[in-house]
Amino acid sequence: MTTLDERPATARTQHAAASGSGARAERPAPTTMTMAGAINAGLRAAMERDPKTLLMGEDIGALGGVFRVTDGLHKDFGDDRVMDTPLAESGIVGTAIGMAMRGYRPVIEIQFDGFIFPAYDQITTQLAKMHYRSGGAIQLPVVIRVPFAGGIGAVEHHSESPEALFAHTAGLRIVSPATPQDAFDMIQQAIASPDPVMFFEPKARYWDKGEVDTTRVKAQLDTAAGASTGTAEMSRARVAREGSDVTVVSYGPTVRLALQAAQVAAGDGTDIEVIDLRSISPLDSDTVVKSARKTGRVVVVHEAPTSFGSGAELSSRVHEQAFFHLHAPVLRVGGFSTPYPGAVFEHDYLPSLDRVLDAVDKVMAH
Amino acid sequence: MAAGGPLSTDDLVQLLTPAGERIGHQQFDAYASHLTPEELRAMWRDMTLVRAFDKEATSLQRQGELGLWVQSWGQEAAQIGSGHALNSQDFVFPSYREHGVAHTRGVDLVEVLRIFRGLQHGAWTPADHNFHLYTLVIGSHALHATGYAMGLTKDGLVATGDPAKDAAVVAYFGDGATSQGDVAEALTFASVYDAPVVFFVQNNQYAISESATRQSRVPIADRGKGVGIPSVRVDGNDVIASHAVTRWALEHARSGQGPVLIEAFTYRMGAHTTSDDPTRYRPKAEEQLWAERDPIARLEAHLEAAGELPDEFRAEVEAQAKALGERTRTTVRGWTKPDTLGMFDHVYAEPHASVEAERAWFDRYQRSFADQEATR
Repeated sequence: MTTLDERPATARTQHAAASGSGARAERPAPTTMTMAGAINAGLRAAMERDPKTLLMGEDIGALGGVFRVTDGLHKDFGDDRVMDTPLAESGIVGTAIGMAMRGYRPVIEIQFDGFIFPAYDQITTQLAKMHYRSGGAIQLPVVIRVPFAGGIGAVEHHSESPEALFAHTAGLRIVSPATPQDAFDMIQQAIASPDPVMFFEPKARYWDKGEVDTTRVKAQLDTAAGASTGTAEMSRARVAREGSDVTVVSYGPTVRLALQAAQVAAGDGTDIEVIDLRSISPLDSDTVVKSARKTGRVVVVHEAPTSFGSGAELSSRVHEQAFFHLHAPVLRVGGFSTPYPGAVFEHDYLPSLDRVLDAVDKVMAH
Repeated sequence: MAAGGPLSTDDLVQLLTPAGERIGHQQFDAYASHLTPEELRAMWRDMTLVRAFDKEATSLQRQGELGLWVQSWGQEAAQIGSGHALNSQDFVFPSYREHGVAHTRGVDLVEVLRIFRGLQHGAWTPADHNFHLYTLVIGSHALHATGYAMGLTKDGLVATGDPAKDAAVVAYFGDGATSQGDVAEALTFASVYDAPVVFFVQNNQYAISESATRQSRVPIADRGKGVGIPSVRVDGNDVIASHAVTRWALEHARSGQGPVLIEAFTYRMGAHTTSDDPTRYRPKAEEQLWAERDPIARLEAHLEAAGELPDEFRAEVEAQAKALGERTRTTVRGWTKPDTLGMFDHVYAEPHASVEAERAWFDRYQRSFADQEATR
């Protein structure tokens, strides 16, 4: 799959329909969208597809969400389906569970990554386990949208990457799109899935633009097996760029960085394969292991702290399944074991082009 | 009892005195007037059966047949009285001590023991009984109940004008749970969305060892006042009052007037669980005092005085209790460990690569022992 992502960000100058309101299903779909606009259009399509789909969150109604991802939806779907809730994250997730038991498909917006923790109990002890503890009798098709990760100069608690905390809990699916196309497709696949899905949206990528084909996922989800096919599809990694020397694995906010690194490295004669995981749980280690067996060198990049992060899990799996194909140990590039620092330090804290290339040089030195 | 505190008995709705005398009440009498002697006998029967079952389960735990048991002893009136006020279309979210309510919803009590033998985490299909699984994380389900009730409103099943169609939700939890943030959030959500949910708090005075005075300095029913939820305190050892108050609350909720909070003031006669030791934190004299307020004896006294508890009926219930005890013993002892691979079932509704890979690996691992045995 070749996308706009392979070009540097500065080359993407196409004019775009801004967020949301231009994306009604009955009109010809725009071909270029921002990621925020793609999620908005995906939410709209899901709500039109299934009247039981409803949105819950803080400031998602008249305001359209603090990032405007739900822009225009309250106006078109009303209070009953776009619900401004009390400021209580546990309450939002807990009542969403009850509504899902009643046959609804709630899509929750948690305003910022660092505000999800009041809901941590409901997500991990209740939402994640209900299908298991009911012996399959109760499905909870709840989607939790989390604008996450940093790079926007925000204050404390607005730039975190807590995905590994949730990936450690059985019963949740954890996904993160890196492109407008994936954002559009995967939000609808997540909503159609019978399992609870945490949908981590890289907020720094909200305004990146890209081509979006709106017809493919519609055709998929309109079929009887659509929910199963969609769940399986969003659980698979994609090879964002083929290469032969080093595999750089990433997801969400840092896929663009990995592609930039590949471009720079190409100038030095190093051919990088970039894998966009798309899903953290399940982790598509097959795709990564296959690539590792080919290149023999793997670097994992994410914004979350490397300690106990998803990169550690991936590294372990690569070592277990491709040990004799490796020329170098798997390296991780990510956040440090500090709280997310003040905004003036964030570009030192976050993986940078230089740090990724440094890791590439190290694995190439073997 | 501290005046005005969570242990106060001053303002409890009561329709049956501890001696079994039926007394009137301006507001709630009307909600008990329909109770015929036959219906009261049915409540007595249910309370008696649930207590017999409770004793049997406690014995089975002591014999090592169950890992744990959670007794409902002493709280039968609050549970059976409220349970008898439910319509089939109402939905219940229990905590984990609501065996009496489970019984009124048609859940086979013996099956409940699957949970306590460690066979599975949930032992019935909630939709079959409109009775959700037990919830062990204190207070979490108050939110699920509220969300479910919000769904009933969206589905147009509240204030339909047809009482046979209107539905509501009841969330059962205890005095300890009222300190949980989730319960506070549930009260807020229920209030602002006008959700048809009844919060039924059994104040049994103890959260394991902690007195209700550690959870609140005011009566627990007062928690509703701050969020505009009508609240009532009822004598939870009075099955008729518990029934009447719940009936009123359900009508209130089903007719679209919003949530209600009931505080049923009662006493946990047994330990918190079979792992607990109440002699470390409460005086014998207190247990004795509450034994004299026994909910079953109270209704029994009332029925006897009215000549409505004939010997044949007593004998019939006694035989049922005995049969239930025997069936409980036999069934529980007959349960064997299911196939180990079942541990991997239902983690997700759709296949998940990690779970599938681990299941396949564990299957091979287990079989490898069998293969070794075979080649020996």
